[in-house]
Amino acid sequence: MNRKFPVLAALIVACLATAPLALAQNATPASSAMSQDGYPSAPRDPSLKPVFAEFGGKAGLVSLMNTFMDNLMADPVTHPFFANVDRDHIKMELVDQFCVILDGPCTYTGQSMTSVHKGMGVTRADFNALVVDLQKAMSAHHIPFRAQNKLLAKLAPMGHQIITKP
Amino acid sequence: MRRKKTVRAVLLGLLMVTGGLVSIQAMAQDSGSDVSGGKLLLTGGVSSISGAAGGGLTPWAVIGGYDTASQIGANAFCTIVSVQDYRLNDCGALFGAFNRVEVSFAHQSFNTEGVGAALGLGRGFTINQNVVGLKVRLFGDAILDQNSWLPEVSVGIQHKQNDQPGLLQAIGAKSAIGNDYYISATKLFLSQSLLVDATLRFTKANQIGILGFGGDKHNGYQAELEGSVAYLLNRHLAIGAEYRQKPDNLNIAQENDWYDAFVAWAPSKHISLTLAYADLGNIVIKNHQHGVYASVQVGF
Repeated sequence: MNRKFPVLAALIVACLATAPLALAQNATPASSAMSQDGYPSAPRDPSLKPVFAEFGGKAGLVSLMNTFMDNLMADPVTHPFFANVDRDHIKMELVDQFCVILDGPCTYTGQSMTSVHKGMGVTRADFNALVVDLQKAMSAHHIPFRAQNKLLAKLAPMGHQIITKP
Repeated sequence: MRRKKTVRAVLLGLLMVTGGLVSIQAMAQDSGSDVSGGKLLLTGGVSSISGAAGGGLTPWAVIGGYDTASQIGANAFCTIVSVQDYRLNDCGALFGAFNRVEVSFAHQSFNTEGVGAALGLGRGFTINQNVVGLKVRLFGDAILDQNSWLPEVSVGIQHKQNDQPGLLQAIGAKSAIGNDYYISATKLFLSQSLLVDATLRFTKANQIGILGFGGDKHNGYQAELEGSVAYLLNRHLAIGAEYRQKPDNLNIAQENDWYDAFVAWAPSKHISLTLAYADLGNIVIKNHQHGVYASVQVGF
């Protein structure tokens, strides 16, 4: 049994050592654009076309966003961020954003995540509360859990631009 | 023997029922106002037997108790591992701060039951161990970094103190006090609803320290691989399996690697219940020890 330790140890160390390298390689134009202000949103992902259908197409997204915004307004953590803004406009932008990510027939014309959330002081807890409100809305609309996670996987990295307060 | 098994089953049942009641109450609160500092349930792990946030048998890179408005969180847990000839009672708590540092504590009581009598220690002879843990997140975010392969990586230390130095010396262990050092990499593959952890532990501990540290067969630090895989079924339920490689330092008793298969249920962010089948292999004079792992965690 002891003989396999060095091999496993080497394997793990190798994995960990190459991780930063992988990150560096990952900083290709596409992904670095996402982390910069210039790129407005997550890019279109053609592989998510079937997920778009599971969300009920654009009509499904419009309906989902109504529930999502209701949840955000009912949640004391997220309420302050949405109480004094044009909620209909935000809903429209979110529909476009999700629609584009899921390869739907839409165009996102909104601002970048960085500029939209500038100075709002969003914490990790605020962000997580919003995610839970979205999860609850998606479940209320009977969107399969796996489909939910495929969308959330595209939205999650935006947390780095949205969360501005430690 | 039969009576003892019954008592054990009843205690386990009580634990689960208590957990269930608390969780129903918590769920009622949760769905009532849907307040919550919010958390992707279960992706923060549960309390491992050492007290650190992670799977059941192994720590993860995630910082436990995170996600409250104050950015400081805490949780407490109790775990029972009940196999044919032994029982481990294990309770503790952890504090997490700013998604950066985690401090944990666990008190482990290892009841030798009938084996204690067979070895002349007395029936139900119990070995106690305290574990104080410190974990620091180095880099990465297991949840947010969905656009890269980079995992969340943390390093940790677990300081363990066993209360039976005399006995441990008699069985060939070199010390009753030991430190484990580990590095953990945790990654949530959200598109696949899959969470994976790999942990490398440098340790001298025999049966996690219950049988002391170092031994007559081997007395140096060894690197041990530990891993967890969890599949998220929905926001409240995950299933998975774990592996924990272990040293084999004592001539008197062979030690085997540990495995488990688990179901974790988090009805709200305030509570989680974990139920597992655990295979612990040989423990002292008893082979193929396997049984139930049950754990309740309450978060604040």
